[in-house]
Amino acid sequence: MSVVSDLKDSRGLLVNLTLREVRGKYKRTLLGQGWSLLNPIATLLIYTLVFGFVLRVPVPVGEDSGLQVFVLFLACALLPWNFFNNAVSSGMGSLIANANLLRKVFFWRPTLVVATVLSLNVTFAIELGVLVVLLLVFGSMPLPWIPLLVVVVVLLTAFALGIALLLSIANVYFRDTQHFVTIGMQLWFYATPIVYPYQLIQDQAARMRAAGNDFPLETIYRLNPLERFVSVFRAMLYDNVMPYWGDLLFCLVAAVGSLVIGIVVFNRSQHRLVEEL
Amino acid sequence: MSSTPAVVVDEVSKRFRLYKERNQSLKAALMRGGRASYDEYWALRGVSFEIPQGSTFALIGENGSGKSTLLKCIARILEPEKGDIRTQGTVAALLELGSGFHPELSGRENVFLNGSILGMTKRELERKFDEIVDFAGIEAFIDQPVKNYSSGMYMRLGFSVAINVDPDVLLVDEVLAVGDAAFQEKCMEKFVDFRRAGKTVVIVSHAMGSMRTLCDQAAWLDRGSLVEVGRADQIVDRYVDKSHEKEVAPSSSATPASSDGATPDGAPVKTRIGSGEAILTDVTVLDAQGLPANRFRTGEQATIRISYECSERVERPAFALALDTVDGMRIWAHHTRDGGLDIAYIEGSGHIDLAIPSLTLQPYTFDLSARILDHTLTHTYDFLRHCYRFVVETGELRESGGVVALGGRWNADLPSIASEATV
Repeated sequence: MSVVSDLKDSRGLLVNLTLREVRGKYKRTLLGQGWSLLNPIATLLIYTLVFGFVLRVPVPVGEDSGLQVFVLFLACALLPWNFFNNAVSSGMGSLIANANLLRKVFFWRPTLVVATVLSLNVTFAIELGVLVVLLLVFGSMPLPWIPLLVVVVVLLTAFALGIALLLSIANVYFRDTQHFVTIGMQLWFYATPIVYPYQLIQDQAARMRAAGNDFPLETIYRLNPLERFVSVFRAMLYDNVMPYWGDLLFCLVAAVGSLVIGIVVFNRSQHRLVEEL
Repeated sequence: MSSTPAVVVDEVSKRFRLYKERNQSLKAALMRGGRASYDEYWALRGVSFEIPQGSTFALIGENGSGKSTLLKCIARILEPEKGDIRTQGTVAALLELGSGFHPELSGRENVFLNGSILGMTKRELERKFDEIVDFAGIEAFIDQPVKNYSSGMYMRLGFSVAINVDPDVLLVDEVLAVGDAAFQEKCMEKFVDFRRAGKTVVIVSHAMGSMRTLCDQAAWLDRGSLVEVGRADQIVDRYVDKSHEKEVAPSSSATPASSDGATPDGAPVKTRIGSGEAILTDVTVLDAQGLPANRFRTGEQATIRISYECSERVERPAFALALDTVDGMRIWAHHTRDGGLDIAYIEGSGHIDLAIPSLTLQPYTFDLSARILDHTLTHTYDFLRHCYRFVVETGELRESGGVVALGGRWNADLPSIASEATV
């Protein structure tokens, strides 16, 4: 497959572009890489205040861990979401941001998108590391799940990358894409059980059935791949249990599907890329 | 060295879309029921030629002739609509120096970044790092962020990385004019090394003088179509002649014809200053046959004729001429007093000639200015700036570069190919 050989050839470039993103992002800021942690911490605190204290979202008890801390419950889903959201939005803009480079040098174009997503993986890994330490402090035991966690992170990266590839090329031809995506991502955020437990959706579906409404709310709700990803992350980190195989399989299919579609669309649409930039 | 060409350009056509409404919005597209409407513009039309391995190849043509588009197609940055480009070996393009530098990163980090963008591996870069930094001459600043570099340093580092990629085919677009004279010399040396190593170089440039000497072969493009391919010196000469022909055409029609001796009224004037007691009615350059001409060859005979008209008797006037290159460099000036001609007075109308036995100018375009002054040379009666343009083309007397032909001869007590052949 030519994609594999292209990727192999541009390995060195990929590493360097990723390093550029990682190093360049917080250059000349006082806190440097600290910002990559401060941002999610601030979001976590705000959401905890709003949803934990004001709206009083019920906090489920961790199945094996016995945890009942809203911040941790939130963080186990919010950090993967943040990574996904950032990967899609920065990946989408990476071609336009590097227009100057694309116009002057030939290289394997997807490298730019991949490098952007990978650079966010670095931040994501640091965040997850901090989260694991916090979970340990609060009495959860996520360590045995770390190998599987890495696999799921890879799947989530592939899922995000596929979408980023698709949107990056769409954004070159239609600059409106990025604005639509901003709205879409907000919708997606609330359509995924991040700030609330899945239990609330189940309760709602039960109430609807009781009222004689047979709208398949749960089935539709569970079509969202991120719902599956979030469930898997929560199962491992918050509950310390084996995620459902069905969820893992769904994640795998979503990741592969997204990546294949992303690459195919990118390859098909890239021939006039430089002129349209 | 194999005989397969380094680059084969086969019937290449490239189309650009010129959008009537440059707004890539979904709303606009939906309202129109499709993509934005656009005009087609063919930047290249069925261009075919081959670039032999180990040659230095020039792409020449006016602005908008498609040279850079073609270069970008060879570099695979643009994809041609039709046709095919095949290249042998690795290709690197020097289209813009330092593109891809990240301003906040240090010179060192950027060397590795830019090098890998251009296709070098980490190991190669580590091996060549010192050479790159040394060549750019910025050792002291290598750990500073490149945004603090002067533009010269920035370009030099960019060039240095790019030239060290060591590709089989190097594509160069107008980047020879980088840095100071010393750095340019180093660049030229590097190009020569490159040629000696049997590598192929493709250059796009408007510096015809250096293209003529640097390149073996050239392709001349005009509005997207190939005009000619062949030996660089011949193609360059023909191209220069042709483009000057076009340049002169409008100005020669604006210059009033005076061969019939008629005084033109309402002659278009470029810049006119003076008190007006005597005015210049015409300034013309005549060829050996005494006919006004706009094109001369190096070494030809020429006469500059200044026609004047006086509204009153003007005592002791002086006539002056000055010659500028088309880009504004003053190369010559002469007036009647320095020429030993002291005119008592002028009245009515008449003309005065300056005979030039041999036009010792190299091929270029020149603008003539003329002036009538009083005998102190401080008061101007009339001054016409750039009132006559003429072109010098390659003639019998051929020298290698610059604007003047000194008619120098090489003498040496050394064996030469020519003398051996005649012995």
